[in-house]
Amino acid sequence: MNSALTELNLHAVLPALAMVIAAAVVMLLDILNRKGKTPTLALLPWVALIGVLATAGVSIWLLSQPVSSFQGMAISDERAQALNLVVLTGAALAILLSVRYIPAVNRQTGEYYTLILLVSAGMMMMGAATDLMVVFLALETFSLGLYILAGLNRDNRRSNEAAMKYFLLGAFASAFFVYGAAFVYGATGSTRFDLIAMRLFDGQADAAVLAIGVTMLIAGFGFKVSLAPFHMWTPDVYQGSPTPVTAFMSIGTKAAAFAAFYRFFATALPTEQPTWGMALGILAVLTMTLGNLVALRQSSLKRLLAYSSIAHAGYLLVGLATATPAGIDAALYYLIAYAFMNMGAFAVVILLERQGEMDADGNRLRGLAKRHPQVALLMSVFMFSLAGVPPFAGFFAKFFVFAAAVQGGYSWLAAVAMLNSAIGAWYYLRIVVDMYFAEPSDETRIEAQQASIPVAMTLGIAAVFTVALGVLPWLWTGLVQSGAVNVVALR
Amino acid sequence: MTLSIPYLLTIITFLPLVGAVIVMLAPGDGAKKWLALATTIVTFVVSLLLWTNWQDGYAGMQFVEDAVWFAPLGIRYALGVDGISLFLVLLTTFLMPIAVYYSILYVDKRVGAYMALMLLLETAMIGVFVALDLVLFFVFFEASLIPMYFLIGEWGGQNRVYAAVKFFLYTFAGSALMVVAILIVYFSVGTFDIVALQSTPMPLAVQTWAFLAFSLAFAVKTPLFPFHTWLPDAHVQAPTAGSIILAGVLLKMGTYGFLRLAMPVFPQAAEQFGPLLATLAVIGILYGALVALMQKDIKSLVAYSSVAHLGYVMLGVIAMNAQGVSGSVLQMVNHGLSTGALFLMVGLLYERRHTRMLDEFGGLWASVPIYTGLFLVVAMSSAGLPGLNGFVGEFTIMLGAYNYMPIFAVLAAAGVILAAWYLLTAFRKMAQGEITNPANDKANLKDLNLKELTMVIPLVILFFVIGLFPNLFFDKINPSVEAMLTTRAALIEQATAEQMPALELAEIVVTEAK
Repeated sequence: MNSALTELNLHAVLPALAMVIAAAVVMLLDILNRKGKTPTLALLPWVALIGVLATAGVSIWLLSQPVSSFQGMAISDERAQALNLVVLTGAALAILLSVRYIPAVNRQTGEYYTLILLVSAGMMMMGAATDLMVVFLALETFSLGLYILAGLNRDNRRSNEAAMKYFLLGAFASAFFVYGAAFVYGATGSTRFDLIAMRLFDGQADAAVLAIGVTMLIAGFGFKVSLAPFHMWTPDVYQGSPTPVTAFMSIGTKAAAFAAFYRFFATALPTEQPTWGMALGILAVLTMTLGNLVALRQSSLKRLLAYSSIAHAGYLLVGLATATPAGIDAALYYLIAYAFMNMGAFAVVILLERQGEMDADGNRLRGLAKRHPQVALLMSVFMFSLAGVPPFAGFFAKFFVFAAAVQGGYSWLAAVAMLNSAIGAWYYLRIVVDMYFAEPSDETRIEAQQASIPVAMTLGIAAVFTVALGVLPWLWTGLVQSGAVNVVALR
Repeated sequence: MTLSIPYLLTIITFLPLVGAVIVMLAPGDGAKKWLALATTIVTFVVSLLLWTNWQDGYAGMQFVEDAVWFAPLGIRYALGVDGISLFLVLLTTFLMPIAVYYSILYVDKRVGAYMALMLLLETAMIGVFVALDLVLFFVFFEASLIPMYFLIGEWGGQNRVYAAVKFFLYTFAGSALMVVAILIVYFSVGTFDIVALQSTPMPLAVQTWAFLAFSLAFAVKTPLFPFHTWLPDAHVQAPTAGSIILAGVLLKMGTYGFLRLAMPVFPQAAEQFGPLLATLAVIGILYGALVALMQKDIKSLVAYSSVAHLGYVMLGVIAMNAQGVSGSVLQMVNHGLSTGALFLMVGLLYERRHTRMLDEFGGLWASVPIYTGLFLVVAMSSAGLPGLNGFVGEFTIMLGAYNYMPIFAVLAAAGVILAAWYLLTAFRKMAQGEITNPANDKANLKDLNLKELTMVIPLVILFFVIGLFPNLFFDKINPSVEAMLTTRAALIEQATAEQMPALELAEIVVTEAK
């Protein structure tokens, strides 16, 4: 046993802790503000943003000092910190998108930013968790916050519907998860990943009970990242939630759940890979095919992005089918690339919305290039990147994940995924066609109150990184692997 | 005394990209136009250094650059040219100023974006020909889709959006499986290095699948029958400069891919599927020629003639012997020049009459003699008249094809006759006879002016240079081709030698059983 296990080392939870502190500060300022002691609400997003950036600093500092803590229930390694950075990227860009947006939807902006920070803290714990109970704790922390965020627009029926649907189905999924965890405990006598692996290695586990448990865990996890057939809630919740929340959700939830499950499968069940690898592969095929085919027929931009996110969950799952260390690193690259390109796409959706609505129809893109050439150019970058065309980040994201699959002997899966991405190219391209080759209509306009400097900043940052990560993929891998110490060696 | 510049290939590849950024930032359409032209001319002049600094007789890669791009997977930023790629790079840099100059004269709509896209396209095209790393090659290969897609979709003819989307999706879907094949190859032999791959033995199963996936991508790009259906749409709808580049350079990415990757890297699979591909190539030659014969629109006639001409190139590549391959390399250049020139001539006529229907013309000899004379030269170059460039390439390919399988050479020869037929028919309808339509009168139709001649004359001069002094080019092409073929032959021999003991053992078992 490593001596690090016996002492209480806060490193594993430090970033989450920093986020909680930031949330507390925002909450405090909000109260002071209501009592009239601070001049303005407008400061809150910037305070929250500073909190996010500070936490990112902590994460980068922790990159080079891997440690396992809390009796092996949580870990701080480069993968945990990489996930933190993905979540923080999503949170930072979502906060920028919210500056002008949220006051129009709900007057309690203090609660909003507090929730965003707390949800991020929960997501970050997902990446640090090495015990099913910690995973569950983190899962509930961020899910509960997201249920509230989805229903933020109280006067809007769609928003209410979204929150209700998300909550009911989410509660079901959590139940599945806990029940699954209980079965895994029953089969192996532990919820700790390393102890589960040890029992399996020794052949002391009950295979049938374990299979039931893992199946239930996959169901619960499948709900969170919207794998088919657990994806039903996704389009409605994406469409009904305030758009910055949708954007944040699409990245944060996916990143957190994938990080936790990559770690679970890679460290707890490596010996069972042949069994669940095939199952996950089939789920991946189902998910991406369904996502891509249904996305072809969407007119609402948010629903289109919802189905596109289902398809991307399928691509990410391709890497999970092998869950090799290379696969995990590839998935993290995928997630950061996805964070930037998807945030950019949602920023454009926000620009196209009208005051008081929370969605934009695809026909508002028609002829956008003639009215707003810069926005159209950036949107094209995001669309080509989502389609996986080089030289944008989306290409290497797919390349790395599929490389892991091919390396693990899942060439057929990579081939199916690539064919799928060719189907996906069709609807991403259709957006570009609409923007450039269609005549603008009355609907084609960006209203002045939707355009703001923070949204422009989001667009700019997203576009710069979408290109930069596509041309220089080592920017990210170099950063997160600077303190590369093998997780296995640490155990 | 030769002038040597470090990072020459990087400079040639990315000069247009820098130019594109400058063009976007420059104020005023006039400045944008001339900056774009200046960029392409400078790129061409710099690329001539490849010719002047060329080490004659050296078969390997020259002007090599190599740097780590992405270490965890061993992806490298590796560039280099050999005799096979040299002339394709030069063809690209030579055609670009002509295409850009043509656009200066005739494109008025959103000039800045247009010129920037042309320059981006040039970077992607040169990148494909100089990349020595599979991933780098693929990145350039795919990146070329985006600018071409916008060029067709924004500046094309009536049906441009359909053509642009079809072009993009066809080629994107075609190359999707190539990504997986690249990865399979990497994890089977551990390198993305194209030169190393050419001398690395690979298991036959890997070869077969990878060859099929690579072939699909390149067959769509080339295009090889029956994957050619995107081409007539894209060509007819593209703006003239786009057609020049599409026919002149972009299609060569497909044949170049076959020549550089599919055939030498997977030699045994290539041997197996060779006859099938050769059959498709010959079908393409005959089918393209017959359909071209039926066309009423000159531009789609030229488009289908491309399908036929690339069939020859493919035939030479598949033959994989010295004549076939060398002929193919030269014929790629020839086709680029001839078909590029044909599209240019058609475009010039279209700018005058705003129609491309053959029936609308007649008697142009009398009204525009300079144009008609040059058109005849260009058409003859495309048809393969001895003394002009097309003949040399086609003849060499025929030799190669004959040595490979005589039947293909015989059938392909029929295609040569058809080519002369449809080109001369088109010429007869356009140029000869009486002037039936008053719009074709001397008063209404202006002959080529000096600006237009500056675009056509360099092409015509090159027709004669290549046609009369082919060895100027073959001397640089042949060493690399021979080296490649030697390596490939050794690889096949080694593979068969490995199979021999197993075969002998099987024979012994069989005889003992008897």
